[in-house]
Amino acid sequence: MTLRPFLTVLAVAAAVFSTTLAVAQMVPELSGPPGGMNVVPAKPMPKWNVDDVRKMRAYPDQPPVIPHSIEGYQLSVNTNRCLSCHKREFTQGAGAPMISVTHYMTREGQMLADVSPRRYFCTACHVPQAQVQPLVGNTFRDMSEMGVEHLGGK
Amino acid sequence: MIGELTRRDLIKAHAAGIAAATAGIALPAAAQPVPGGVESLEIKWSKAPCRFCGTGCGVMVGVKEGQVVATHGDMQAEVNRGLNCIKGYFLSKIMYGEDRLKTPLLRKRNGKYAKDGEFEPVSWDEAFDVMAEQCKKVLKEKGPTAVGMFGSGQWTIFEGYAATKLMRAGFRSNNLDPNARHCMASAAYAFMRTFGMDEPMGCYDDFENADAFVLWGSNMAEMHPILWTRLADRRLGHQHVKVAVLSTFTHRSMDLADIPVIFTPGTDLAILNYIANHIITSGKVNEEFVKNHTTFMKGVTNIGYGLRPEDPLELKAANAANPANMEPTDFESFKKFVSDYTLKKVADLTGADPGFLQQLAELYADPNRKVMSLWTMGFNQHVRGVWANQMLYNLHLLTGKISEPGNSPFSLTGQPSACGTAREVGTFAHRLPADMTVTNPEHRHHAEEIWKLPEGLIPDKPGYHAVQQDRMLKDGKLSFYWVQVNNNVQAAPNTKNETYQGYRNPDNFIVVSDAYPTITAMSADLILPAAMWVEKEGAYGNAERRTHVWHQLVQAPGEARSDLWQLVEFSKRFTTDEVWPAEMLDKHPDYRGKTLFEVLFKNGQVDQFPLSEIDQSYPNNEAYAFGFYLQKGLFEEYASFGRGHGHDLAPYDRYHQERGLRWPVVNGQETKWRYREGYDPYVKAGEGVKFYGRPDGRAVILAVPYEPPAETPDDEYDFWLVTGRVLEHWHSGSMTMRVPELYKAFPGARCFMNADDARKRGFNQGMEVRIVSRRGEIRSRVETRGRNRMPPGVIFVPWFDASQLINKVTLDATDPISKQTDYKKCAVKILPVA
Repeated sequence: MTLRPFLTVLAVAAAVFSTTLAVAQMVPELSGPPGGMNVVPAKPMPKWNVDDVRKMRAYPDQPPVIPHSIEGYQLSVNTNRCLSCHKREFTQGAGAPMISVTHYMTREGQMLADVSPRRYFCTACHVPQAQVQPLVGNTFRDMSEMGVEHLGGK
Repeated sequence: MIGELTRRDLIKAHAAGIAAATAGIALPAAAQPVPGGVESLEIKWSKAPCRFCGTGCGVMVGVKEGQVVATHGDMQAEVNRGLNCIKGYFLSKIMYGEDRLKTPLLRKRNGKYAKDGEFEPVSWDEAFDVMAEQCKKVLKEKGPTAVGMFGSGQWTIFEGYAATKLMRAGFRSNNLDPNARHCMASAAYAFMRTFGMDEPMGCYDDFENADAFVLWGSNMAEMHPILWTRLADRRLGHQHVKVAVLSTFTHRSMDLADIPVIFTPGTDLAILNYIANHIITSGKVNEEFVKNHTTFMKGVTNIGYGLRPEDPLELKAANAANPANMEPTDFESFKKFVSDYTLKKVADLTGADPGFLQQLAELYADPNRKVMSLWTMGFNQHVRGVWANQMLYNLHLLTGKISEPGNSPFSLTGQPSACGTAREVGTFAHRLPADMTVTNPEHRHHAEEIWKLPEGLIPDKPGYHAVQQDRMLKDGKLSFYWVQVNNNVQAAPNTKNETYQGYRNPDNFIVVSDAYPTITAMSADLILPAAMWVEKEGAYGNAERRTHVWHQLVQAPGEARSDLWQLVEFSKRFTTDEVWPAEMLDKHPDYRGKTLFEVLFKNGQVDQFPLSEIDQSYPNNEAYAFGFYLQKGLFEEYASFGRGHGHDLAPYDRYHQERGLRWPVVNGQETKWRYREGYDPYVKAGEGVKFYGRPDGRAVILAVPYEPPAETPDDEYDFWLVTGRVLEHWHSGSMTMRVPELYKAFPGARCFMNADDARKRGFNQGMEVRIVSRRGEIRSRVETRGRNRMPPGVIFVPWFDASQLINKVTLDATDPISKQTDYKKCAVKILPVA
């Protein structure tokens, strides 16, 4: 498998949509293969970000993304590999950030001595990130760019 | 360990520097007052339901400078109490994909519309001119049955209601169907056939009351993650609680399973009858309940597979023409009927572990265990989906485990308003609001009365259902077609041979309203840019009968307008003389010369609430465009269908104050459990339990057998293909694939495959393969690890990725009763890419 067939497809795509300037970008993952029903090569599976560098959240309420691989992690009734580093008791030894205080709350907002069972399955909210570029830009603006003078910023 | 800490400390210091630089913050700081005052920090927070699945989580949406800047789970919303799944947490970004459609686009050549032209930006005026001209041409040449619309379980309640009025009463066509046909038509038909009324009797409070949960063809851990948190909370917090998960492969929900059951695709029907047999033979029938509240029926068999009528499978099916027929029977013959389904026989047929099957049967049989059954697409997208739903009700009815806290057969939904809009408003080809149908003359008459329209206006024949619409488009019988809030060229089965052909058929004019250039939009002739989610005032109805309303919070980009505005504005382009028969206007001359806008929307009801009733702290583009509080008017007129008939909705304004209310709302109170005295105001004192949707007040226990799927693997096409979703992407991915974090979390579809199967064929992890069926093929990458562990002979491919259109491969076989596609079972072969 070389890049050539893929490039050919792209060239065809360019021809098909050359006059379709009205639609800004044509991305097969979003708008389908060029020509609609053509068979296109499947992109290789990308690698995961594993640099352990914490990513800034897009807003304070966002669950942080996972900056390491979780391949093969067990998350079952008996085992929770994530908690073995991120639970309060283990954070000092592991050097991992502690899961937030909200994770110790019941549905009614009461604090528990341990992680709330409703928060047990971490991957419902926390996901690793692959080393890929977004398919299209996103014009979402960070609230910190919005006329706020930052406390302590001087 | 010390080394580890040092390394991490370094990383941390470095990362903090980067983060600060990115955010434009200087690090060292001493306490200072907030510059510009606290107001400059304020975010305006408002409630809304989540845009994605049928769970209906409440979210708080933060707006600053006219943009959504943050969202989080609403602590006050009972559904989710402050939690969201990963998709819900990224709602903030779904409206901001850089390729948002901002102007209508029409295929043109030499300055004029041309089917083979290229998309060019046009004004709304030009778009509607061409669209109306095409619609009128088709009406004139082919009549109302050639006009159709494909809507959505993501339509707001107002949009679905406006569409049903415009199509049925305006254009006099019942060719209106929602994409919800693909996702829960089987559930809806089964509710009607069993209880005479649609939608679950219980609610999400059952999660905190059940002693056992059984998942039938549902991967809730990924597809309904917030309901999964409630289930996990119950299971992990209470020792005695058991979870059984049934599936054709091992997935994340199995992580919590005490009783995991993997079965051969399609054989769940046999398991259901085995459990009924076990309940009866072990003497666990709740005889009192069965005697007083149920009635037995037997369904016709050999009912075909909903393929085109000339298909050999249909010609062979004795009852393909009348698949829904049932006849009365009794307990003794039901008992005899299910006695065939012995443990041994069913274990052999299904390939499931007999020990687990027995444990599963005991959950239902044990009178001291409250059972909540949950299902979604595994049951509904099934060539015998209506049967599967009904066979499950059999188990709850035989044991009386229904309509009380914790005892709950619960059909989940996949779209935010599959219940609210598709089912309650009645946007199916055969339905009217509040469970009424177009085939019932009284129902039609009642609708015409409420709508203040001439008698006999609504056509009496059901229109084309989703799959039939695609076939009729291809065959040139359906020629003016409007698609809103769905991506059917990606979603429909056998899309290359049926759906796509229909869109590109030169006889047809296809209009697609969407926020983004999906493959469906790109396959159309006219694209209308849509406002989405909180860019408009809206109302959704979730899976537990909860109606939830939100305000418009921001403005859509460019010229994008809501589907509601599009429907109502388009109605101005038609007069009654152009679309209604002359005889009808002769008989009712008052309607002559009026626009459809005047007779459908400016009818003295929909326009009765002035702009002054709108909360002035929010925009409302549609209301100000038409000069009255359109959403409230539509809602109140719609609500009059159900009030006093078991579908009562609260006054519209109250919904702006509540985190949703579960209907029927009677005397200001919502209803959590239907059909049981003390919970449901429609059940009178002394009645105990009453299934009042049916004239005899009894629910139906149905005797139907196991029948095989439409297509089964053979020597050449030797794998089962199962399609579905992943946690990080919603449906066709048109929103989630545009959120960078969600895209990076699951960048592209893949082919989940058993490792031994892969090794035998010489495939490695990550290798590119062709997935080929008798209908079409795609290329994908082999995944033998990952979250889904496949048994031999079964692959799973999600459908969110438009570059891997797995629905070119799937089969357009449907349940013959519900007409819902079976996306879970067809035969494929897997070949290396040469």
